[in-house]
Amino acid sequence: MKELPSIPKRIGAIKFGLLSPREVRKMSVTSIVTADTYDDDGYPIDMGLMDLRLGVIDPGLKCKTCGSRAGECPGHFGHIELVAPVIHVGFNKTIRKALRSICHNCSRLLLTADQKRNFLAQLQSSKDMGHLPDDIVNEVFKEARKTKICPYCSSEQKEVKFEKPTDYVEDGHKLTPTEIRDRFENIPDEDVKVLGMDPTSARPEWTILTVLPVPPVTVRPSITLESGQRSEDDLTHKLVDIIRINQRFQENRDAGAPQLIIEDLWELLQYHVTTFFDNEVSGVPPARHRSGRPLKTLTQRLKGKEGRFRGSLSGKRVNFSARTVVSPEPNLSINEVGVPFEIAHQMTIPERVTTRNIDLLRMYVLRGSEVHPGANYVIREDGRRIRVSEINKEELAEKIQTGWVVERQLMDGDIVLFNRQPSLHKMSIMAHKVKVLPYKTFRLNPAVCPPYNADFDGDEMNMHVLQTEESRAEASILMQVQENILSPRFGGPIIGGIHDHISGLFLLTRNENSITKTAALELLRKSDIRVLPEPSSYTADGEPLWNGKQIFSQIMPKGLYLEFPAQVCFKCDTCKKRNCEYEAYVVIENGEMIQGTIDEQAIGAFKGKILDKVVKEYGTEAGAKFVDDFTRLAIRGIMKTGLSFGISDEDIPTTAKMQIANLLNEAEENVQRLIQAYEAKELEALPGRTMDETIEMKIMQELGKARDQTGNIAGRQLGLENSAVIMAKSGARGSMLNLTQMAACVGQQAVRGERIRRGYNGRTLPHFDKGDLGADARGFVKASYKSGLNPTEYFFHAIGGREGLVDTAVRTSQSGYLQRRLVNALQDLEVQYDGSVRETRGVIVQFKYGEDGIDSTKSDYSKPEAVHRIVRTVTGREVN
Amino acid sequence: MPERKYSLLDHELIPKHEIMSEEELKLVLKHYNIGKEQLPKIKVEDPVMKEIGAQAGEVVKITRKSQTAGEAFYYRLVIA
Repeated sequence: MKELPSIPKRIGAIKFGLLSPREVRKMSVTSIVTADTYDDDGYPIDMGLMDLRLGVIDPGLKCKTCGSRAGECPGHFGHIELVAPVIHVGFNKTIRKALRSICHNCSRLLLTADQKRNFLAQLQSSKDMGHLPDDIVNEVFKEARKTKICPYCSSEQKEVKFEKPTDYVEDGHKLTPTEIRDRFENIPDEDVKVLGMDPTSARPEWTILTVLPVPPVTVRPSITLESGQRSEDDLTHKLVDIIRINQRFQENRDAGAPQLIIEDLWELLQYHVTTFFDNEVSGVPPARHRSGRPLKTLTQRLKGKEGRFRGSLSGKRVNFSARTVVSPEPNLSINEVGVPFEIAHQMTIPERVTTRNIDLLRMYVLRGSEVHPGANYVIREDGRRIRVSEINKEELAEKIQTGWVVERQLMDGDIVLFNRQPSLHKMSIMAHKVKVLPYKTFRLNPAVCPPYNADFDGDEMNMHVLQTEESRAEASILMQVQENILSPRFGGPIIGGIHDHISGLFLLTRNENSITKTAALELLRKSDIRVLPEPSSYTADGEPLWNGKQIFSQIMPKGLYLEFPAQVCFKCDTCKKRNCEYEAYVVIENGEMIQGTIDEQAIGAFKGKILDKVVKEYGTEAGAKFVDDFTRLAIRGIMKTGLSFGISDEDIPTTAKMQIANLLNEAEENVQRLIQAYEAKELEALPGRTMDETIEMKIMQELGKARDQTGNIAGRQLGLENSAVIMAKSGARGSMLNLTQMAACVGQQAVRGERIRRGYNGRTLPHFDKGDLGADARGFVKASYKSGLNPTEYFFHAIGGREGLVDTAVRTSQSGYLQRRLVNALQDLEVQYDGSVRETRGVIVQFKYGEDGIDSTKSDYSKPEAVHRIVRTVTGREVN
Repeated sequence: MPERKYSLLDHELIPKHEIMSEEELKLVLKHYNIGKEQLPKIKVEDPVMKEIGAQAGEVVKITRKSQTAGEAFYYRLVIA
């Protein structure tokens, strides 16, 4: 490996402090004195808010400070000399705390010398340990506030009240910012340190402004409207207000105006400076535009979802993207995505004109932007973009030559990225090939729903069109759907059959299924099958017939050997393997399905064994073709058989219903007996449990057992001819528990894993006696969904159901944050070509990725099964 | 700290730690093309470091048992 690139620069520390008036003046290029911006000729006024020394935004002008043009000049600060000091709203908390902990007379911190030394030592040690000083500083404020008599000048301390938004009242008298500033100025440096401030970079008096920095024009650019009128930024408007009041204040004071007027003006200045920093301070009416819209000042620029941090730095908007609702289209390949015509029409791919493609690109331009595979823009050699319109299309087609770029519309076969939020793993963004289709939704093969975690109840997804050859190549090699069939999370397929795919193949392969030639050809129509195998049987009049296993075998690659128990396996004590009586052991030899049934274990997403093997042994392309083939076959198969479910499918015979009722009654009696034993204190507590816990556990156990037994009774009545059972057993959708709840008994409703006990005092509802521990009083639902719940049962069911909803809401937000933190911590780690995992500085984290250097998608679950199978198929000998 | 009558290294959850010789270290660093500072770190106060008497600046080799790889090696620079 070559030497690792050196680190350009490392940040050692970041220090925050307050701007002192001296610093503000030092960094200022000019004092701003006039409230006007431009003169009558539209030229910026000197010492005005748009002074050319503050930077330039108009093209053509040069910055008077640094001499660079618009775009290059970063802008420079100016300043306004405030006639009287005002409070900075952002520091109200600090000001309040400081005022309360210093003497109003001598300005010393109201602590004894010993206390100060003690706190200073604490601060130093917490700094050494890298802790935040906040707790200690708060302790300082608390202690100082308790002191009533100054230990230095013996003057009595008065309570300082803070009145929103910017007033400090001491003893009924309002403190002016000047007074506050005077007090702060007199705090000795040693005392400032005890307050947790560093007097060299943050003196308390600097929280009171005497001079206001004016942000550069680049921060508040004005825009020229179409009418030629200039429209200024909100910040500029606010600064104009500040300068105006400042001037008036000055004039009035010089003229010796009465104290009342001075105070009013001072307050007004305070208001404008406050709203300049933050226009949403509580207690201050927000400064408004003439139109009534509140101004967006400094704080508003940074805060919130659309603020600088969340809106501009953490997240940005992109071009060449589209978003719409997704819907299913099983006839598309998993590698494809159906793109609405309207979107394909708008989105473009730039193609450089060469001698080889000039004719083709000329044709696109000639078609214009109205006819579909056309061109929307051409870019001349000098970089000018020209929109292709109906008027200029012929002219442009004539003009294009090598070196130009034609932005042609999106077409079939283009590579795009497709994404669904939340993007939690790499399979949340995959590359698809475009298929332009009518109607207004993105179409995708339902087999790619699992990696995106998408369904079609209104989900929207985003598409990004790649703009360079390099990115398209990278995407199609690394990000295409077929490259992501196997998930690195568990090394198995994350893309695979769902719902109808599983039911469909289950129905097709389960029984003999006599399939005529026409039917067989129709099933395999889309799968590129040219020859049918030997028929398995013939009808009475000599017509050939095939079975479902043969049909399925046609889409498997030749040379595939595999055997595994299916999802329908009964998990017998000793597996009879090939002699399985239930058609639950799948055997595939040389790509021929010999026995068994195809279900979730064979082709399902997350589980599919055949799919896993096909991808690992025949490559991703074969894998994608296999998924495409079996999804189409399954859909066609299920269309032939049909699979529907109705309320009558939950019917069970009266005898079974009686059995269920008896069983539940018996269980209730058992519960009553348990309760009697408990009340008579005859019950023996389980080890480590209290009596109360024991009875609860025993009752739960009894009722759980009863519900399972009712399920078994119902299950016996519902065989594999029932479509819900087919779906549950094959793993397509639902479970036997769901079916039990529908047909037999819903069972115990629980809150936090316990029987429901909340509600009234000692009972769940007023219908029950206090302290009733019986099944029905604590949320056991005897009824089935089919038979219908009685009112109390319904209520308990609603309680349990609500808990489920709340749980999912809470869990997603919590696990989302957890994941975010984990990803933030790990995002810069990278597996190097030598197999080591390193971070950006080249420091090794793991010497071999995962200790063993195994790529889970390339390994057979780290087991030597593959080797064993190869030996078996080649030599016919069993190895272990 | 009270004297222990047993060695930490005898615990089944603590993998084998050994101080590396200069030559072996050179080989490892050359193999990964790194300097000593780019190794993961471990503090001298670490109980196991005390147990084997490692000094700051030395590198320890940790031999871990692994289900999939059999034995996995890890190297850590001892720091003060």
